[in-house]
Amino acid sequence: MVLVFFAYFALASIAAGVMTVSLKNPVHCGLALLALLLHVSGLFIILNAEFLWAVQVIVYAGAILVLYLFVLMLMNLKTDDRYFHSSYLYFLAPAAIGSLYVLALLIRSPFGGAKGDVPAEAVLKDGDTYAVGIKMFSEYLLQFEIVGVFLLGAVIGAIVLAKTPKPANREHRG
Amino acid sequence: MIPLSAYVAVSAVLFITGLLGVVIRRNFIIVLMSVEIMLNAANINLVAFSYYLESMAGQLVALFIIAIAAGEAAIGLAIIIVVFRGKISTNVDEMNLLKW
Repeated sequence: MVLVFFAYFALASIAAGVMTVSLKNPVHCGLALLALLLHVSGLFIILNAEFLWAVQVIVYAGAILVLYLFVLMLMNLKTDDRYFHSSYLYFLAPAAIGSLYVLALLIRSPFGGAKGDVPAEAVLKDGDTYAVGIKMFSEYLLQFEIVGVFLLGAVIGAIVLAKTPKPANREHRG
Repeated sequence: MIPLSAYVAVSAVLFITGLLGVVIRRNFIIVLMSVEIMLNAANINLVAFSYYLESMAGQLVALFIIAIAAGEAAIGLAIIIVVFRGKISTNVDEMNLLKW
């Protein structure tokens, strides 16, 4: 059963990713990206990461994607005639060969490693949100605060960049 | 039981797709969307390794990546609005003001 769900989510997310890259209309690309994000969140559910599932749906599909669609519709983009790179066919063959090689290497690899201290039973006992919270506010507190400062800087930077420049122009003339 | 390499393979395919999108597409917004695809591929990898190696660190890094992606989207889209206001198109080939 899990295998069926994994196959569905994996194939659908890859198909949505290919559509995001290859569709012509930018709004269609945004909707394909939405499908990709939702299917990737399904993979998170299979991996016992329901907190990340919620964050993915709320932050990615709910906030970031709406931001993209807002900008797309605000700017009323026309679809360009030449929307691919002029020599994109030369990129495709090396990319296909390289990705096949990487896939062959990945499927053969055993991926062993040192196990951590949070087995699946411990995550399932109190829930994934509890486990993430305990870890984040004990060992990763500094990183958490750094991300907070980074987001504040990003928000202020976006406001400064996107502000209407009319007052500045008037100062130049006067 | 799904092997870990299946997740890594899915994530590799998604990453290559996003990389091709960044290289091939000429619309700035689509290029940013392809960057989001690449970040999602990295997230799949991190969560899968966090599950199979029984550690919480992968999920935390994935959370931080989502936060960074939100900041990147905000700044990138603000830059697009500024460029578009200056009557330059969103084709990345025509944005060469800073080219030497």
